[in-house]
Order: sequence, then structure tokens, then C-alpha cells
Amino acid sequence: MTMTEIISHPLTKLVLGLVLILVFVGVNGLILVWMERKVVGFIQRRPGPYEVGPHGILQSLVDGVKLIAKQLVTPRGADRFLFWLAPMLSVTPVVICFLPIPFSPGLTAMDVNLGLLLILAFSGINVLALCAAGWGSNNKYALIGAARAVSQSVAYEIPLLLSVLCIAFQTGSLSLSAVAEGQSRGLLSWNLWVQPLAFVIFFISATAETNRAPFDLPEAESELTAGFHTEYSGMGFGLFFLAEYTYMIVVCSVATALFLGAHDGPFLPGPWWFVLKVYALILALMWFRWTFPRVRFDQLLNLCWKWLIPLGLANLLATALVLKLGE
Amino acid sequence: MPGLAKTIKGLWSLIVGLGVTGVEFFRPQLTVHYPRKEVDNLATYRGHIDLVARDDDPLTPRCIVCRKCVAACPSGCIAIESRLVGAEPGGDARELSLAPGLIVTGSHAAPPPRQKIRREVAAFHLNYNLCSLCGLCVQTCPVQSLAFSREAYLCGSSRADFEFELLERLRRRAPAGGQRAA
Ligand code: SF4
Ligand code: SF4
Repeated sequence: MTMTEIISHPLTKLVLGLVLILVFVGVNGLILVWMERKVVGFIQRRPGPYEVGPHGILQSLVDGVKLIAKQLVTPRGADRFLFWLAPMLSVTPVVICFLPIPFSPGLTAMDVNLGLLLILAFSGINVLALCAAGWGSNNKYALIGAARAVSQSVAYEIPLLLSVLCIAFQTGSLSLSAVAEGQSRGLLSWNLWVQPLAFVIFFISATAETNRAPFDLPEAESELTAGFHTEYSGMGFGLFFLAEYTYMIVVCSVATALFLGAHDGPFLPGPWWFVLKVYALILALMWFRWTFPRVRFDQLLNLCWKWLIPLGLANLLATALVLKLGE
Repeated sequence: MPGLAKTIKGLWSLIVGLGVTGVEFFRPQLTVHYPRKEVDNLATYRGHIDLVARDDDPLTPRCIVCRKCVAACPSGCIAIESRLVGAEPGGDARELSLAPGLIVTGSHAAPPPRQKIRREVAAFHLNYNLCSLCGLCVQTCPVQSLAFSREAYLCGSSRADFEFELLERLRRRAPAGGQRAA
């Protein structure tokens, strides 16, 4: 094999992509934690992290070092294997979720024609991780948190899928690159204008799927101490934290690719637009978190079963009908 | 359709909420970055208690050593050492009499002659470690000899750093003029 063959080999591209994704995930985790703390600070009219580095930009790095340096404690009576498997199980699949995300036509780590399905399947593993964490901790708060995580995730997966299906019907493909390609003809070609309801349903469900406030019941600190990660110290907690922030990027990336025209935009090159849109969505998620109080568990499930699922179904039916009539 | 109206109202309230936090986001911050800047509105600040000097003598506290503050303090922070500075005839005008039919005034069993006793503070110890800043001592003092100080930036590294001798503090403060009663 010549050098060029090695470089252009799909496997090389995959490995390179994975490494880049790992770097992206790590750096993004640090930036997002800092950003979140800045946003909440500004909303509460205080500066947020300020002392470490200019405007506290290095604060999360220092916090990370602290987390790494901390002792890892396994509680008495815990299931050692499950307890330590859970944080890793939470972070690892997230990396795979990035593979099919179309940052730009040329910047997709792995263009699979079932990209959407891949993301949905692998992000589902996170629930398993939360469940293992709750069960393995031998702690009532952790267990309740895990139970909540499972029922919440099962419920919200349905409207999420329903809204994604609308787009899949419309483009006739489950490949994110194909969906992105279909929206690359300017602002008016974005799926947002055709499927506004699907976008709203997707975004609400995504907030719930990532366990973000106001749907952060699995870790509801005022009721459950810290929910499923009550017993985790040091990097065990750190990995869950990293996973949470990374899933935020994943869902916002998917939302961008599906509804907001992916890498479409004037002047700047595609990837910049993509990242810009993703960060705008993340900012909205943070804004939600520091505005809305946490919902009660019955409210959470009512919202899903009584509103989002019927609306999503109706939307899907309408989409199918329009597509059929338009043929 | 009251359900639908309620839902729409609820959705609208979400947007209103976002508007509130969104506006706060852009308003100026209120935090004072302490070591670089300091707050200037300490007028109502409650630091540890301090003695207030007499109007005519910045070196002497107004205190009359009645020890009401010692009794009032729920945490036992205050201990006063005093010395007698004089006893002169006078005092309470009411006759102190013990069954005058039985005990003759001037006999060995009679009460001592009426005196007005004056004490002054020799040392006024405050153990600020225990103080809850409840303010009972300040309220109780009949001559307004106690007031809250404005020591907002007090810090120390041991318990001993928070055991104060208030008379000494008053004397040290004196050249700048005594602190007036609040
Ligand atoms: S403020 Fe309260 S606790 Fe403190 S010295 Fe006075 S009476 Fe005692
Ligand atoms: S209550 Fe006032 S006058 Fe009485 S001992 Fe205390 S400080 Fe002195």
C-alpha cells in the first residue's frame, strides 16, 4: 500500500475521526461547563467563574484536575463491577454518536446511510449506564434516580422518534448527510419551515432525553441528593458530567442537521455554521435550565403521553398524507 | 375548551419567563469583586459589638457596669471586669427598712447606710467566636454603651483572633473621636 492509499483508506479516516472526536468531546466538555456557569452567573447578575484565567476560562480545567486527583470511593455493599462500569458505559457510546454527524459535506467521520438510527441506538445506552449506576450504588436515592431515568427515557424516546421520522419520510433517507444535503439551498430550504412542530417536539424530547432541567428528575438535587450519581466521587462523577454535556452537543447537532440546515449558511465555511448553530441551541438549553423550575414526575409523563406523543403522531400522519398526495 | 386556553396561557408564561431571565442576562452585574473593589454601603453592617465612648470623654465608655448585657447575652460572650471608683451617700430615695418595730436603725442588724456606688469598666471581654450577632446586648444596654462595629473585612486564623478587649479597642480608636451611640 502506498502512503496515499493508507491516508485515503476508510479505516484511517475512521480512526482519525475518532481521535478528533475525543479531543472535541474533551475540549467541548470544558468549554460547556464554563459556558453554563457563565450563563447562570449572568442571568443571576453575577460574573460566574472569574479568577482562574481571563474571565475564569481555565476554571473547568482546574476543576477537572481536582476531579482526577480525588480518591475513588466505592460504597459498602455496592456492586463493584456495575458501579465502575456505569460511568464508562455512559461516556463511550457518546463518541460513536458523533461519527455520522455532518459537520460539512467533507467533514463527516463516517457517512453511514443509517446514521440517524446509529445515533438513536447508541444514545439509548446512556439509560443503561444510569440504570447500572443506580443499581450498583446500593443507595436508595441512586436507585430512585435510576428508575426515574428509565421511565423518562422510555417515554420521551417515542416523541423523539416520531419527530425524526417526519424528516426521514420527507427526505426518504436515514442518512444525516443526505438530510443535510437537502437543506443546503439557503435559509428557506431548511426543514424548520416545513416541520416547525416536529422541531419543537424534538427539542423538548431532546431536553428530556439529556436529563436537562426542567426535566432533570433523575438527579433532582433537592429531592434525591444527586440522584443516580449520588455515590460517585472524583472522575466517576466527572465522566457522568462529561457524558451529560456531550449528549447535549449530540442532540443539538442532530437538531441542527435535521432542522436548521446543518452546514448551510453564507460567508463562513460550512463547519463554522454548523458549530455556531449547535452552540446557539446549547445556549437555549442553558437558558431553559436557569429559567424553568423542575417539573413534577407526573407532569413530566403527562406532558409526554398526553401532548407530545399525540401531537407527534398527528404530525407524522399529516406528513405522510401530504407526501402521498404530492406523489 | 378551558383546558386549551389554560395550556396556551401556560405556554405563554414560559415565554414570559424566558424574557425575564433573558433581560437579566444583559443587565449590569451586581457583584463587587472583593480584593480589587470594596463595598461602600457599610452603614447598616452588623459587625461584632463595640463600646461607645462618652460624649464628653472619648477615652471612657458610657458603660455603667450594670451587667445587663452579660445577663442578656444568650451565648455568654461578654465578661466585664470592673473597679469601684467611689461610694457616696445617696442612692435610692426609698427607705429600706426591715421590720422597724424589731430592728432599730443603727443597730448591728440594720442595713448599711444608703450609698451610691460608682464602678467603671476595667476590662470588657468579648468572645466573638460565640456571638450570634443577635443584638440583644445592644438593645438591653440602658445607656447605649454598645453598638455594632463595621468590621466587614475581619479575618483571623485562630480562635484567639476573635477574642477582643473592647475597652482597649475604644482607647485605640479614641484620637479619631469616640463612636456615637446609634
Ligand atoms: S450580639 Fe447577642 S450573642 Fe453577640 S454579644 Fe450581643 S447578646 Fe451576645
Ligand atoms: S448593659 Fe451597657 S451599661 Fe450595662 S454593663 Fe453592659 S454595656 Fe455596660
